[in-house]
Amino acid sequence: MKLIYEKSVPGRRGVQLPDCSVPPHKARIPSSLRREKSAVLPEVSELDVVRHYTNLSRKNFSIDTNFYPLGSCTMKYNPKVCESVAKNEGFSRLHPLLPQLRNGGILTQGALKVLYNSERFFAEITGMAEMTLQPMAGAHGELTGVMLIAAYHKSKGNNKKRILIPDSAHGTNPASATIAGYSVTTIPSNKDGVMDFEAFKKELTDDVAGVMLTAPNTLGLFNSHVTEICKLVHEIDGLVYYDGANLNALVGRVRPGDLGFDVVHLNLHKTFATPHGGGGPGAGAVGVIDKLRKFLPVSRIEKRDDGTYALNYNAEDSIGYISAFYGNFGIILRAYAYLLMIGADGLREVSDHAVLSANYIRVKLKEFYDLPYDRICMHECVFSASRQMKNGIHALDIAKGLIDLGFHPPTIYFPLIVKEAMMIEPTETESKAELDAFIEAMKKIAQEASDNPEELHNAPISTPVGRLDEVAAVREMNLSAN
Amino acid sequence: MSRASYVPFVESERQELLKEIGVNSIDELFSDVPREFQVKSLNIPKGKSEIEVERRIKALSRQNRTDLICFLGGGFYDHYTPAAIDAILSRGEFLTAYTPYQPEVAQGTLQAAFEFQSGICRLTEMEVANASLYDGGTAIYEAAMMAARVTRRNKILVDCGVNPIYRKMLESYTSNLDMQFECVSTNGGTVNREKFLKKLDNSVAGIVIQNPNFFGCIDDLTDIIDAAHNVGALAVMSVYPISLGILKTPGAMGADIVVGEGQSLGLPLSFGGPYVGFMATRKKYVRKMPGRIVGITRDDQNRKGFVLTLQAREQHIRREKATSNICSNENLCALASAIYLSLMGKEGLKEVAELCADNASYAYYKLLEIPNVSRAFKSTFFNEFCIKLPCDAKDIIGELIDKGFAAGFPVGRYYEGMENVALISVTEMRTKEEIDNLAAALESVIRDW
Ligand SMILES: Cc1ncc(COP(=O)(O)O)c(C=O)c1O
Repeated sequence: MKLIYEKSVPGRRGVQLPDCSVPPHKARIPSSLRREKSAVLPEVSELDVVRHYTNLSRKNFSIDTNFYPLGSCTMKYNPKVCESVAKNEGFSRLHPLLPQLRNGGILTQGALKVLYNSERFFAEITGMAEMTLQPMAGAHGELTGVMLIAAYHKSKGNNKKRILIPDSAHGTNPASATIAGYSVTTIPSNKDGVMDFEAFKKELTDDVAGVMLTAPNTLGLFNSHVTEICKLVHEIDGLVYYDGANLNALVGRVRPGDLGFDVVHLNLHKTFATPHGGGGPGAGAVGVIDKLRKFLPVSRIEKRDDGTYALNYNAEDSIGYISAFYGNFGIILRAYAYLLMIGADGLREVSDHAVLSANYIRVKLKEFYDLPYDRICMHECVFSASRQMKNGIHALDIAKGLIDLGFHPPTIYFPLIVKEAMMIEPTETESKAELDAFIEAMKKIAQEASDNPEELHNAPISTPVGRLDEVAAVREMNLSAN
Repeated sequence: MSRASYVPFVESERQELLKEIGVNSIDELFSDVPREFQVKSLNIPKGKSEIEVERRIKALSRQNRTDLICFLGGGFYDHYTPAAIDAILSRGEFLTAYTPYQPEVAQGTLQAAFEFQSGICRLTEMEVANASLYDGGTAIYEAAMMAARVTRRNKILVDCGVNPIYRKMLESYTSNLDMQFECVSTNGGTVNREKFLKKLDNSVAGIVIQNPNFFGCIDDLTDIIDAAHNVGALAVMSVYPISLGILKTPGAMGADIVVGEGQSLGLPLSFGGPYVGFMATRKKYVRKMPGRIVGITRDDQNRKGFVLTLQAREQHIRREKATSNICSNENLCALASAIYLSLMGKEGLKEVAELCADNASYAYYKLLEIPNVSRAFKSTFFNEFCIKLPCDAKDIIGELIDKGFAAGFPVGRYYEGMENVALISVTEMRTKEEIDNLAAALESVIRDW
């Protein structure tokens, strides 16, 4: 499809603006401060724009149109009511600087109450003492969390330089720890697919500031040593970080705080059903245990004795500002609506069925694909295409074959520790019929991989474009309309 | 079947699955989790119906004062968002897709992101842009880090005219890093040339400047950018994208990294987010830029297509050596901005900017007619300006709330010695009547003081 820029017709307009209601004063800004030429933006009608983007949207797979078992991403259904309430003008038109005016908190009581109540909900769900909702994605939550760990050690005069991270961790973990100023030590996984306990103990020396764990990990496995790990880390005054991207497996049943974790981040755009928008906006709420409370970023929301809510900017030990205001408020509001809808009982059903469905897929497909860690899994299961590789079929080919059958592929080639990984996360919102259809599709592809591998190499054929040359993209660096 | 959790299973199906798996209960699936750590129940209210949730959220929304006539800006503005934006964003195919890791089924998301990048390049007159960062503040931080990476130096000079909240963010993010920041105070509301020149030497990685700056003042910053280049430093410039409908561009001034908050391009104020940060740079620095980037390529039949490219900079490949930890960005907000730029178009964006500037101009001179109100700076401004009041601006703005106005921002909150200064922003949304009413209200508040 042509770029919107290529649809330009000089003089065509998309939006009519009001006439200037004041005496114009164009000369006030001298030409030396003005741009020489107008920005070459599209000249198109409103219908041109609507049709262009509507037709673009039709080139996407999405939860609303397809089963989307993308592992680690928790692509569950995003309830529509959460969208509609977030568009309420009483929120969408609210200026974030209003609370900074005199008695300004009073002007935004509804929004502050949403934030305060959401913090309480997430604290209860995670077993943490206190939350901040400011981080704008999971990785941003990780950075905030590691900054909190650093603030703790600084306050105690601890000289700690390293963060331990298992090799199965998401790439954001080591990246976040590094940009927060730590060096990262990678701990290998053992044959059971969890962090090697002996290797971990060997690396756990006095200079370790903390450990970042994902539970269940990215293989969909729960490390039963987890409480012991927390204990050992605490013995050297280290802190344990919980990457909550996989909380969908445990929500309503297990609280990271009870297991001994000190800092937690949640991906509201995963477990709490806010839409992912093709890559954000998300929200990465962070929770901490009591002794880290004072380090949380400003501003803090407080409930006063008279029942009103206020923002406190004066936290002496705080790590400071990690967001200009209160994070991605519109996303938090959607998650709040979701929590109100499903309640405590609903939360438990989420993890129950997320785990049930993943195990169903695991047992139904393990005859057809290698399952490197053959044991009960949590909310996702990781297969390997190693068997199919003997016929020259890779995880990538299987993924592309699924597309032609109408399914979004699983996450492939992650976690890195599984050769030809295919990580399947069905979530709790897909019906049995949908799971069965997916299982059938996977079987069909397994069959094709042995009977007719050439066909799979050509997949997908049903999409607007076939496999794209990524090497050429890097070489040519064609990154904007010319 | 349970409705509230959106779980579509009936009991017989549940039993069937358990049987296939070979366990008797769902509890058995959780046997890796020590029993004593499994909670019975959570202290969270029982689930509610859609009707009740809607009612409750609407009631909360009524406790927010969105009825105040808005002259409050400070980097976040009450602009018009054309209805077509929301209509398109509501398409489930955009809204409920994940990051475009499988390009064949994400050409919609990818092409739209490419169009966003193109729009940012054209607006700023820069060569390449990324597919978005979280917001304007994190974009400045990422730009400072990028300048340090490119130059292998660690000192950053930050102009005090840069949004003070963003400066606080910069400080927080780098407090544990081997980075050095120096704030350079402004002079008459704009960059203090003399001070900057004195501090610029070959230890400086980059300068961070903003146009229009927090006070609304605009300037041609070419000379200070040249001076930075002369010592091998990069110039990071934060911009207000609507102003680029008419203002001299960062590209024309020679900036190396351009960042900004994209909220003004079609996003609601929404109490601070979600917004969208953007970043543009020169092609030679693209490999040092953080964030996702979309590029054009071809498929095996030579059809044009879009992919995420230059991924070797990113965390999922480079892990601890990545240029940034960012993964999810603000894609849907970037899409809103791409749609906004298309709807406004070449003429429309210019017109919005002119309307803002004209309204602000009118408001400025109108307010200056009020006894005891005077100009705070001599510098030219775009759509936001500072005026000096006879007493603390915080109190006067507070009084004006009772008269129905969010009249502006008290600059003294972030700038010592400027307690009497109010920052007033005027967009295309304001009418002559509203401006006249603000002037009348301000005059009466001052008279009765
Ligand atoms: C395990 C894990 N951790 C962290 C992240 C990062 O989250 P975000 O993309 O919101 O930054 C992800 C998301 O892909 C993840 O799967």
